[in-house]
Amino acid sequence: MITLGCDLGSTTAKAVILENNTVLASAVIPVRLDPIVSAEEVIALCLKRASLTRDRISGIVGTGYGQQQIPFVSRRESEIVCHAKGAFFHHPTARTIIDIGGQDSKVIKLDTNGNVLQYSYNDKCAAGTGRFLEIMADALGVSLEDMGETGLTCNERLTISNQCVIFAETEVVSLVNEEKEPGDILNALFRAMANRVCSQARTLTIDNDVIMTGGVAKNIGVFQALSQSLGVTLKTLPDLDPQINGALGAALLAQEG
Amino acid sequence: MTSGVRKIVAGCDVGSLAAKAVIMERRRVVASAIVRSGPKPAESAKKAMDEALAKANLTLNDIACCVGTGYGREKIPFVSESVSEISCHGKGAQFLIPSARSIIDIGGQDCKVIKLDAKGNLVKFITNDKCASGTGRFLDVMAKVMNIPVAELGALSLSAKDPITLASMCTVWAQADVIKHINERRPAADICAGVNAAMANRVAMLANAMGLENDICMTGGVAKNKGVVHALERIMGKRIKEVRQIDPQLMGAVGAALFAHER
Repeated sequence: MITLGCDLGSTTAKAVILENNTVLASAVIPVRLDPIVSAEEVIALCLKRASLTRDRISGIVGTGYGQQQIPFVSRRESEIVCHAKGAFFHHPTARTIIDIGGQDSKVIKLDTNGNVLQYSYNDKCAAGTGRFLEIMADALGVSLEDMGETGLTCNERLTISNQCVIFAETEVVSLVNEEKEPGDILNALFRAMANRVCSQARTLTIDNDVIMTGGVAKNIGVFQALSQSLGVTLKTLPDLDPQINGALGAALLAQEG
Repeated sequence: MTSGVRKIVAGCDVGSLAAKAVIMERRRVVASAIVRSGPKPAESAKKAMDEALAKANLTLNDIACCVGTGYGREKIPFVSESVSEISCHGKGAQFLIPSARSIIDIGGQDCKVIKLDAKGNLVKFITNDKCASGTGRFLDVMAKVMNIPVAELGALSLSAKDPITLASMCTVWAQADVIKHINERRPAADICAGVNAAMANRVAMLANAMGLENDICMTGGVAKNKGVVHALERIMGKRIKEVRQIDPQLMGAVGAALFAHER
């Protein structure tokens, strides 16, 4: 049985093709202006990578911010349920999931069977979301891909005292004018962002294992700062892009019919 | 004080975005100045004070006492003491509007709601300086993407026919929304009105958390934006008493000068 999961997020569209619990192919693309086009493109790319045609797919589950726009789905599921499903599939010991996307952050608590117990969702404030990093990468003139590595260690320990993206950006500009090293500024930014996510996570009780997913989990600087802030050893998906976790969960749900 | 000797006092309020100076004689404002704050509070303070002194044809030596206030108050070299901006706004508002019991002060990077008793003493206050939304900074960001001076946001919004709605209060998300509306060629007036309403919504949250008593007055630079003032009145269902005698952005400096007068 071959199934497909499609997660249409605010900044990227993701798709995963699954055959009997094995990932055949996955794809991540930036969203286009038209969400339907984003969904069609990412699904087409994923099918191509798996050398399959759509008629071979027995079920498609759609999820994410733009789930209503995904064509030809058998059904739709909430991102919370899909993330829980995806993370629990790889880590049956997962009890907490921290998912940071381009424009939101979620903290999800699971029971021992992988069912969602509780969750906290932030899409009201850009602090603690991927947008924070995008704006800071712009302000510092570094690429989003490299920034994690660049800010991994610091020579001078700086502090960003604001969590608000707008105010923090002003602080970054001042630090740049003071000729501080970009790596040191990034390191301070990661700690500031980790604190923000940590406060959100602490509105729930954090139980081990804690799995970090979403595009921001690929930023090693944030990943380590968050581990430190929470005082836990974070895990992510083994051998898989953590950004596709929601789509993976959707594909797993499609297997269940 | 010996009669016949002039007692001239001053107040200097160094905020995050603007430095203000007021010179008073016999509790009357004789000159004032508002300048944009630079990176160094001491220099911004001096610039504002020099400008006010020049307007009054005075020098710093003529000032019997100067009180400093605002974000950068500890850095002002020529003041004899500094007083918190909360107390100064209370003092200034109570002097100009004796019936004032609540003050909404929106500055460049913060928003404060202050409650006073009948004598103008501070009862309690709440501040938002954590989130740019609901502060002058929100309006600055939106004016910048609209490519209009922030001072025009209020007047422009008054001719709105079909105001836009901003889904989010966060400055970052609202900015993206505003850009989308600009690209859809919505009239500037409609966008301005939506921006002012979003701003007022955020401020009303803070005001409602406090519970406001009449009379309510508004101070700080944003009080000059009629669009925000009207939207705030509409949302709170309460009238805001306009400060007519002076520029409401000078209120903190007026309060500081009044404290200087009492010294």
